[in-house]
Amino acid sequence: MIIHHPILGPRDAQEFVYLGDASLIDRPDGMTAGIEEFHEYLYQRTNPAGEHRELWYHEQGDRSWLVVTRNTVTHEITKVELARDVARSRGRSK
Amino acid sequence: MRYSGFRVIAEALTGHKGWKPVWRDPAPQAEYDYIIVGGGGHGLATAYYLAKEFGQSRIAVLEKGYLGGGNVGRNTTIIRSNYLLDGNEPFYEFSLKLWEGLEQDFNYNAMVSQRGIINLIHTDAQRDAFTRRGNAMRLHGADAELLSREQVRKMYPWLNFDNARFPIKGALMQRRGGTVRHDAVAWGYARGADMRGVDLIQNCEVTGMRIENGRIKGVETTRGYIGAKKVGVAVAGSSSKVMAHAGMRLPIESHVLQAFVSEGLKPLIDGVMTFGAGHFYVSQSDKGGLVFGGDIDGYNSYAQRGNLPVIEDVAEGGMALMPAIGRVRLLRTWGGIMDMSMDGSPFIDKTHIEGLYFNGGWCYGGFKATPASGWCFAHLMAKDEPHKTATAYRLDRFLKGRMIDEKGQGAQPNLH
Repeated sequence: MIIHHPILGPRDAQEFVYLGDASLIDRPDGMTAGIEEFHEYLYQRTNPAGEHRELWYHEQGDRSWLVVTRNTVTHEITKVELARDVARSRGRSK
Repeated sequence: MRYSGFRVIAEALTGHKGWKPVWRDPAPQAEYDYIIVGGGGHGLATAYYLAKEFGQSRIAVLEKGYLGGGNVGRNTTIIRSNYLLDGNEPFYEFSLKLWEGLEQDFNYNAMVSQRGIINLIHTDAQRDAFTRRGNAMRLHGADAELLSREQVRKMYPWLNFDNARFPIKGALMQRRGGTVRHDAVAWGYARGADMRGVDLIQNCEVTGMRIENGRIKGVETTRGYIGAKKVGVAVAGSSSKVMAHAGMRLPIESHVLQAFVSEGLKPLIDGVMTFGAGHFYVSQSDKGGLVFGGDIDGYNSYAQRGNLPVIEDVAEGGMALMPAIGRVRLLRTWGGIMDMSMDGSPFIDKTHIEGLYFNGGWCYGGFKATPASGWCFAHLMAKDEPHKTATAYRLDRFLKGRMIDEKGQGAQPNLH
């Protein structure tokens, strides 16, 4: 698989480490969320067959975190964003 | 029709005209007591044991494609019970005991071959870990032996014993481990279930579940609605897809695992060998092909095919261990979809919906578990309480802090 890094251009997926569903960006607030909410966040997955937004880490490159939109049935990648931009657009890191 | 040596001779003398189809091809009835979703190894075994051991009837197995067309036909056929943790070892040892009597039990030749499995040791720390594992196995009634470097050399003198990074220092051996003809397991269970009146319904995909007042009423399928008192789902690889029909999310990711077979060779490896440090394991099939594999690809996938980096990684592992295979050609590679759970261990449990049961999360180790998985799932569905060897496989174990994490990797499914 080739991941089109928004800054570095096309890179081999071998340069990356895979973390999982991009919903892992939305960590609940540790001061207010309860056990059930953290259980849902940490352990439960939607695991779709089809379009999947997921976190990849460019370990052998610029060490940026990316949000890759990829089809889990065909492995086709349709969108790559910097995770930083995605997190900010969701109101994180204010 | 019972199979026997006498039957083979009688058929040979009469032109093989007496053989009949091994199972019926029934149309679905309007309602059953039990519906098993998934006609793979685990689903067929569940139906077989429900009928045979738990005396149940009015059972159907619904299969989206053809019987045994999923992971039971795509694995590398290894059986073993070399686990460490209390939640796992009794279950897998129960499974190995069932394998030992399986062919007589279902009157079908599954070519169960207890040719032994060794896990190679390269460091003192690894020897300590394997000694502990071997002791845990023996405490649960399984067999385990620690082999010295010289004992391993006697078995496989052509291994690379002095690899600079991973010199071979010994092995943990389970002599009762081995291989089984995987397709025959599905066929044997299917035939055994069919003979006891189970309806095996193929080309019948579950497209929805009818749930009223917290209770399952039946399933919508591509062959119409089918009512059921109890529904058990055993569709590892596609668990999240099927359980989504019940509105459930699972602690599971689907990942692709690749496997490989080489061209046929003369006898080279008479057992099963794992080179965990090099992410490689191998056995030799009865046709002579080396059957081997390594890690999962590591990203969510439902594609039943992987990518080249893992093929390269597995080939490197094989070459590091066995330089002699350098010019052996690869015959086939393929992929199967694994339910990778959050602690690397499976689930056999009720759900919050009355009458709906779940069996899945087998990671890359489901084949060896087939008989016990079927038995324990049948036990759970028939008696509404877990079998004594499967009490830990609960869906809520992450919430309760009762993980069964053999590798100690935490909630990172692609590392288990």
